[in-house]
Formats: sequence, structure tokens, C-alpha cells
Amino acid sequence: METKNNYKAWLYLAPVIILMAVFTFYPILNTFYISFLKGYNYINGTFRGFTFDNYIDVLTPVLHSGPGTNFESVMQIALPNTMLLTVVTVPCSIGLALLIAIGLNSIPFLKKIFQTIFFLPYVTNAIAIGMVFSVIFDTDYGIFNSILGLGKFPWIYPSPSTGEAVNYWSAFLAICIYIVWHSLPYKILIFLGGLQNIDKQYYEAAQIDGANKLKTSWKITVPLLSPQILYVCITSFIGAFKEYNSVIGLFGTAGGAFDQNTGPRNMTTMVYFIYDQIAKNKVQYASAAAVILFIIIMIFTALQFYVSKKRVHY
Amino acid sequence: MNALNDVSTTLVLKNDKFNIETKQKLTKIGKVISLIITYAFLLFMALLVIFPFYWMIITSLKSGAEIKAVVPTYWPMTVRWDNYTTAFTRLNFGTLLTNTLIVGIFSTIGTLITTILAAFAFARLEFKGRDLMFSLLLATMMIPGEMMVISNYISVSLFGMTGGTNIIGGYAAMILPFMISVFYIYLLRQNFKQIPNELYLAAKVDGKTDWAYLWKVMVPLAMPTLITIFILKLMGAWNSYVWPNLIASGNKDLYLITNGLRETFSTANDIDNYGIQMAGTVIVTVPLLLLFIFFRKYIMRGVGRAGIKG
Repeated sequence: METKNNYKAWLYLAPVIILMAVFTFYPILNTFYISFLKGYNYINGTFRGFTFDNYIDVLTPVLHSGPGTNFESVMQIALPNTMLLTVVTVPCSIGLALLIAIGLNSIPFLKKIFQTIFFLPYVTNAIAIGMVFSVIFDTDYGIFNSILGLGKFPWIYPSPSTGEAVNYWSAFLAICIYIVWHSLPYKILIFLGGLQNIDKQYYEAAQIDGANKLKTSWKITVPLLSPQILYVCITSFIGAFKEYNSVIGLFGTAGGAFDQNTGPRNMTTMVYFIYDQIAKNKVQYASAAAVILFIIIMIFTALQFYVSKKRVHY
Repeated sequence: MNALNDVSTTLVLKNDKFNIETKQKLTKIGKVISLIITYAFLLFMALLVIFPFYWMIITSLKSGAEIKAVVPTYWPMTVRWDNYTTAFTRLNFGTLLTNTLIVGIFSTIGTLITTILAAFAFARLEFKGRDLMFSLLLATMMIPGEMMVISNYISVSLFGMTGGTNIIGGYAAMILPFMISVFYIYLLRQNFKQIPNELYLAAKVDGKTDWAYLWKVMVPLAMPTLITIFILKLMGAWNSYVWPNLIASGNKDLYLITNGLRETFSTANDIDNYGIQMAGTVIVTVPLLLLFIFFRKYIMRGVGRAGIKG
């Protein structure tokens, strides 16, 4: 009976196992392997031995390349861009989402309609709405400049009339606004789910003790919500590190062109670099960059688990 | 003396009563004020969330001249529906829609089949290495997809599916790697586990096979979760950009809807065509919003499920 069930179970699992072996497990191992190959040509499978050069090339573009070469951008542009975007957008969106979720949880009327509105950005196409944001941030006729009375300030594209270049930091602000806007709904949904599970008794006890609303939020809500906050921290960290569609939506397929004196000259990210290298048939560089991305994500996830061990109340 | 005492007690009592009343009043006022602040904050944030949608629709109905107006208009003076007809033809909407539906529906049906079978095995059947296998699957969710994309691209190009010349191969390359989803297997397994054991035993007594039990009992009972998976997966295909972009390699006949949108309107500062461009983004966004309106419950449940395990 047992052995019969055994073989039957593997039959049920066969489609998943076959597909995952081909498209998940083998590729993961193969990517590690490719990242150590010298001069790999994937079309006929030839290479000239094993090397660490791909990692060195990808990490030290200053030594190995000038402008116009294939891999001028990882450490210089893509990695700092990705790090900055993560460090700024993750705390901003988590804080804002927490405020909105606590607000939503405390109101008696119109809760449903607010909840629906706040969920809307989730069901959109990142590229389509990125294009909408780039119209909103338009230099000459954008509504953002018009509402704030900024004249013809170039946020995303250089001014067509005066030719004024885009300051890196204004482009950075624009994309941060867009990423936070786009990433709020998921976080609000998770936080709201957590808030609804908190026992009302805690709040009644706090009320009897005369604690005010702010104190209750800080001393009761946030600690009791810590499992959800940890979960959202990790997922949004990973999401931010894989930012790609927002860049394509907002700045176009080239990833933007900014004034080099103000910062990096475009908004390309790690994932952008990886896809760019695949399209250029430099799969060994793409693999090295993917392994670096993988290691960074693993380190930060482990770090967050470690830090949260003391802080998360289950 | 006695009278004086009486007066003082009543005074104290009155005073106390007064205190309690004012305190209650004050807390009531405080509550109302904090409620007003909460509503004001939520309303402000809601406006910020809605604004891009509003601006997209408004701009899509404006003429180039009106977009260039010094004082921006918040409602189109002359409604330009022809922006939409232009956007449809410029996008080559028919091809894009056909491609997206082919890829979306096949990968969704494939995912549903593999997910149902695997979730059944993990939830109901006892076999050696079950927990190990399940943990192994869950562990892959932590690994960024970019680790797999590179080798997958090499694999499909060795089969001649890339380069945009092989249409059928291109479809296959866009469908096959997306016929499994570990997250959905996890989601459905949780759902299957909630189905009481008695049903299984009763089916066994009736002489039903595992196969019949899965399709006749478990699948109908798990229908809400399956609808959730169906909708989210279809939305995923509608929104996918980068993998189809690699596969199509510039061949417009293989573009999915998002690729078509980005490639058609890639020029910056194309002010006169902003109306048409925004009409294009509305065309891409509206089907998603319609799905959301009709399947709100399913979508929000599927998305929210991830966080509940804590």
C-alpha cells in the first residue's frame, strides 16, 4: 500500500518536477557555472577555461572599460542606483503604508471604499503607469511643475526648449515617488490583515490605563504587528532590489540620460544590467551580476531575520 | 455647622460631577478631532493615489494644443475620442491582444494543471521525502528569477526559439517556463488541507480512486482559490515585459501588450502625441481595472494570503 502510494505521489508531482528541473534547478546551477567561464560562447558551448575575471570585470569597470564598452556600468551605476532606491523607497513606503493601514483600521465609515482606492495601484501595468508619471513630470507641460509652480524644471527628460540637462537627484526623486506609489497597496493589504487579527482587549486595557492614541499605536499596534512588518520588510527589500519595470516605464528603454556632474548618468539597475548583458550575448557577465544580486539578497534577508529575532513578538 | 458641612459635600459632589462631564466631553471632542484628522489624511492620500489615473484619462482625451496650454485644464475642453482610434491602430492592438491571450491562457491553464496535481500530492498523499521536497520548492521562492533567466534564455535559444523568426517557438518559450508557480502550489495546498479527512475516507468507501476524488471533490471545493490563481496569472501575463522582450528580439509580431506599448511610444518629449500615448496606457490599464472590479474579492484574498502566515 505504502509503496504504491509512493509511486503514485511522484506521478502527480512529475509535471512540476520535470518543469522545475529544466527551468529552475538546472538554470540556478548553470548560472553559477557560467559565471566562472572564460570567453563563453553559448551558441556552440565553447569556453577557454575557468576564471574569476567575470566578477572582477563586472565589479571594477573603471579599470577594464571606457565609455561605450559593454559593461561600463555595474559598480559605477547600477549597484549604487539599486542600493539608493532600496534604502529610500523601502522605509518610506513601509512607514506610509503603516500609517494608512492604522488609519483605515480606526475609521467607522467609508472603510471599504478607501480600501478599494488604496488597492488600485496594485492592479496596474508598471510600464503603462510609469509612462503616465513621465507625462505628469513632463518638463514643459507637466502638471507636477504646474501645481508646484516650478516653471519648466526638467525632472525626467532634458528640457526640449532650453536643453537644460536633468539633475540626477530630481530624476531620483521622481522615480522614488513612483515606486512608493506603486508599492503601497500590497503593504497596506498585509498590514490591514494583521491589524484585524489584533485582539481588541489590548486597546481596551490601554484605554483604561489612560494611554493616548499615539502611545497605543507605538506600544501595542507596532509590536503586535511585527511579524507582518518583518515579512513586508523582506519582500519589499527583495522587490526594490529587483526594480526594473519602473525604470523602463519612467525613463524609457535607455534608462534615462542625466547630467553627469550631478550623479550617475542614468537610472539603470542591477536587473537592467543583467538583461542588457543577455541581450548583448555577454551571458557570463549577466551570470556574474546575477550571482552578486543573489548573494546581496541572501545577506540582507539573513540580516533582517537576525535583527528581528530580538524585536519580533510572535 | 451641620448645614455648612452639607453644603460643602454637595459642592464637592457637584464639582466632581462637573469634572467627569467635562472630561467625558473633552475625550469625546478629542476623539472627533482625531477622527477628522484621520479622515483628512486618508482623503489626501486617496487623492494622491487616484490622481495618476485621473490624469491619464483626462490627458488621453485632450488634443495636443490643449496639453500645451499654459494653464492646464482639469477637464478636456473638446473631447478627442479619435486619440483612441489612433492609439489602437498605432499599437497594432489586434496582434498584441492575440499574442497576450495565447501566452496568457496557455500558461495559466498549464499552471492550474501542474498546481492542482502537485498541491494534491503535497496535501493528501503520504510519501517518502514529501516534506523535504516541499521545503525545496519553497526555498526556490527566495532565489531571484534573474538567476534562472540567463540559462533559460540559453536553453530556448539553443532550440531556436529566440530571435523572433520562429513564431510558434517564440510562443512556447514564453509559455513553458511559466507553467509552474511555487507560490500557487503553496496557496492551493493550504486550501486542500482544510478539506476534512472524512470526505476522503467516505470517497474511499465508495470505491472512488484518488484521481476521481481530486477532480470530483477537491477541485470544486477549492474553486475560489483556483479562480484567484487564474486571475492573478492572467494579470501576470498581461503585465510581463522583460522575458517576452528578450524572446521577441524586436519582432513586432511576437510582442505582448506591454512590449507593444513601450515600443510604440518610446520617444520622449513627444508632446503633441501625449494624448495618443495616454490613450494607449488607458487601453492597457482598463482590462486590469475591469478584472479588479469583477474579481476584487479573489484578487485581494490571493495577494493578502501571503502575509497571514506570520
